[in-house]
Amino acid sequence: MSQAIDKKSIPRQPMPEQEPEDRVRNFDEVPYGFTAELAKLEALRCIMCKNPKCVAACPVNIDIPAFVALIQAGKFLEAARKIKQDNALPAVCGRVCPQEEQCEGACVIGLKHQPVAIGRLERFAADYERHRAAVTIPELAPPTGKRVAVVGAGPAGLTVAGDLVLKGHQVTVFEALQEPGGVLMYGIPEFRLPKEIVRAEVDYLRKLGVQFVMDYVVGRNSTIRELLDEEGYHAVFIGTGAGLPSFMEMPGENLIGVYSANEYLTRANLMKAYLFPEYDTPPIRRRRVAVIGGGNVAMDSARTALRLGGDVTIVYRRAREQMPARVEEVHHAEQEGVKFRLLTNPTRVLGDRRHRVTGMECIEMELGEPDESGRRRPVPKKGSEFVIELDTVIVAIGNKPNPLVPRTTPELQVSKWGTVVADPKTMQTSIPGVFAGGDIVSGAATVILAMGQGRIAARSMDTYLRNGAVAESGS
Amino acid sequence: MFEIVRKQEVAPNVHETVLRAPAIAKKARPGQFVIVMVDEKSERVPYTLCDWDRQAGTITLVVQEVGQSSRKLVLLQAGDEVAHLVGPLGVPLEIERFGTVALAAGCYGLGAVLGIARAMKAAGNRVVTVVEADSHYLHYFRAELQAASDEMIQTTIDGSNGTKGHALDVIKRKLAGGEQLDRVIAVGCLFMMMLAGEATKPFGVKTLVALNPIMLDGTGMCGACRVSVGGQTQFACVDGPFFDAHEVDWEEIRDRRVAYSDEEIQAVARSAPVERRRGHGCVP
Ligand SMILES: Cc1cc2nc3c(=O)[nH]c(=O)nc-3n(C[C@H](O)[C@H](O)[C@H](O)COP(=O)(O)OP(=O)(O)OC[C@H]3O[C@@H](n4cnc5c(N)ncnc54)[C@H](O)[C@@H]3O)c2cc1C
Ligand SMILES: Cc1cc2nc3c(=O)[nH]c(=O)nc-3n(C[C@H](O)[C@H](O)[C@H](O)COP(=O)(O)OP(=O)(O)OC[C@H]3O[C@@H](n4cnc5c(N)ncnc54)[C@H](O)[C@@H]3O)c2cc1C
Ligand code: FES
Repeated sequence: MSQAIDKKSIPRQPMPEQEPEDRVRNFDEVPYGFTAELAKLEALRCIMCKNPKCVAACPVNIDIPAFVALIQAGKFLEAARKIKQDNALPAVCGRVCPQEEQCEGACVIGLKHQPVAIGRLERFAADYERHRAAVTIPELAPPTGKRVAVVGAGPAGLTVAGDLVLKGHQVTVFEALQEPGGVLMYGIPEFRLPKEIVRAEVDYLRKLGVQFVMDYVVGRNSTIRELLDEEGYHAVFIGTGAGLPSFMEMPGENLIGVYSANEYLTRANLMKAYLFPEYDTPPIRRRRVAVIGGGNVAMDSARTALRLGGDVTIVYRRAREQMPARVEEVHHAEQEGVKFRLLTNPTRVLGDRRHRVTGMECIEMELGEPDESGRRRPVPKKGSEFVIELDTVIVAIGNKPNPLVPRTTPELQVSKWGTVVADPKTMQTSIPGVFAGGDIVSGAATVILAMGQGRIAARSMDTYLRNGAVAESGS
Repeated sequence: MFEIVRKQEVAPNVHETVLRAPAIAKKARPGQFVIVMVDEKSERVPYTLCDWDRQAGTITLVVQEVGQSSRKLVLLQAGDEVAHLVGPLGVPLEIERFGTVALAAGCYGLGAVLGIARAMKAAGNRVVTVVEADSHYLHYFRAELQAASDEMIQTTIDGSNGTKGHALDVIKRKLAGGEQLDRVIAVGCLFMMMLAGEATKPFGVKTLVALNPIMLDGTGMCGACRVSVGGQTQFACVDGPFFDAHEVDWEEIRDRRVAYSDEEIQAVARSAPVERRRGHGCVP
């Protein structure tokens, strides 16, 4: 039937979502997702390029035309399974990947019209499978008798665990927090990524036989060395993420009412502070909130603060086009009523005698010459200081690699930025049998890149476990 | 799940809680702490590792009931379980042969210094333990502390047991009297620890205090526990909890500690089925 329709005449299908005035009062997911009809219609827009650029632009090279064709044909379960051949967390990636820079950014339709909504289709297929409880357990390879320790249950660690358990290895994941998922659980809010989805993915890994040990801090409970030498693991994967909050190092930053985005978001998401007093952790509920930064973390903090009843302003030192956040997130934040003070940089936080925040002094910026990154560098405008009155400041200017594992593993080679050095072809670190991937290697990046590195690591770990060495690494 | 093996109220509002946690017992070192979540809806709350038994696979916490979360914990009895227990966290205290080590302890600190006293003594130090309380009935672990110390002095504010006054008065008197103290370690409420620093500063005695800011993850991820020490921001959970008392910005930590007090009061009000008993008034 698809042949009869002029594909170009179909507009990109909008995804139904909660109205802004409703959603700022709840933590439910904002977009409802495609219906089967909308998904089929959107899938029809794909012209099935011979040489699909979208696949090349996807960090894990999902066979996009294949799964889109299955959706066109109404074979939704098959579409989900097709995606899962390359991506273990499609319901997550369909929601949080920066598609506009990856698959959709390369879509040929996008040259003249709007690109095919690949991310929404991915999400649809994954949700369809989950809602029908149609998730199937693939056959596992025969047991190899090898044991693998995965440190950190974020997207990188979960990917490694899933891949290696399928190959017949015995996998144990060690996680410091009380629930697996990493940033997916503690950072990204419920209204953008329902935690039930992360739990479903983790349950799937449990069904495959992956063991999860929570409340276990590697570096304190055991070191990497001890995992290998005393606890009988044949290989270790380090996926501890970039969980160390950066601060501005400006005066007043330790006043009461200044939070790292990690603290703010962890309280809200992982500890469910928005459900206080049903949950014991009190939320940070304040009237006038400024969020410093322009990335996804800043948008998530701002939108969380809105839902907790605040009047929220984003303070970002560059211009809008230079914001690293996903376009969709900036758009959502704006619709919901977050204010933006662009080209503005904070200089100090002001407080009262009880050390509580009362305001923040900022300076206006203008764009100067391009810097090494090619972006025009913001420079302060002399004498343009002004004060915003506030009671809360959330610092969301980035996260650095978590130092605990490197600190307690002296042989592990670390870069000057604190990231673990790993061979990009194999993800093996300076210690044989110890692999690493995700934000701890790349610095704060994205879910899909963390998973991509996890996949490479799993492949070379499998070789290592079978042959006692990784394949030709090029290093 | 982690089982409570033994549970005993050792002084009003102060509860010795022994939990089965072999992995933590195996690694525990003096000065470290754990984070407890009583159930899936609880806060993550830090408590010092007071004692541990590697053979039995148990750890001992001394919990002072001050609010919603500590109450939830102390209401549990032997045989009950807590949902999450993470540790050992924090940098272990430096244990060496310093000479004479004075330990000053108040409220939950009486429990918290026990492991430290034992380790310091085992390392060949002369250990002087000075414990304070408002009144005699708030002194607990007397026999244990006595056994772990070369000299133990008890003080009470009301004079009902031992010397009248604060632990710090004793330490100050010792220093003023020319007694050589090579290191002072204070664990208790913030005010007491701040005074410890003030008392020893003129004598130049290195003084370590166990800072207890509000914590969340306890692994260095959130920054909630940041304190200013020597003009530098430090994360108490991964850089501490012990810091040099002479370098700490006391005013800042004091105010940061009560950041959630309004919310906490709500939490207690909604859940108080029993009359709240008061300890000796200080907040740990
Ligand atoms: C608020 C926020 C929003 C974001 N939004 C997006 C988005 O929209 N799209 C996108 O693609 N990316 C987004 N990102 C980035 C993305 O989440 C990360 O790149 C990704 O999660 C990295 O995965 P990871 O597995 O390397 O590490 P993490 O997800 O950080 O997981 C690491 C895990 O290791 C655990 N751990 C750390 N140290 C230890 C230890 N010593 N022992 C045991 N366990 C340990 C941690 O507790 C954690 O669970 C966002 C990040 C944040 C913070
Ligand atoms: C490293 C460390 C070791 C500690 N060891 C012990 C111990 O051995 N025994 C003991 O009884 N107490 C100890 N504490 C203090 C204990 O964590 C707090 O008393 C506990 O949080 C009280 O929780 P609550 O809900 O019952 O009281 P709340 O009603 O929450 O508050 C009581 C007081 O504790 C502060 N507080 C609240 N939440 C936290 C938190 N997550 N972390 C720290 N302080 C908080 C509040 O600001 C308030 O001043 C320690 C704290 C730290 C940081
Ligand atoms: S408690 Fe979160 S960083 Fe220390």
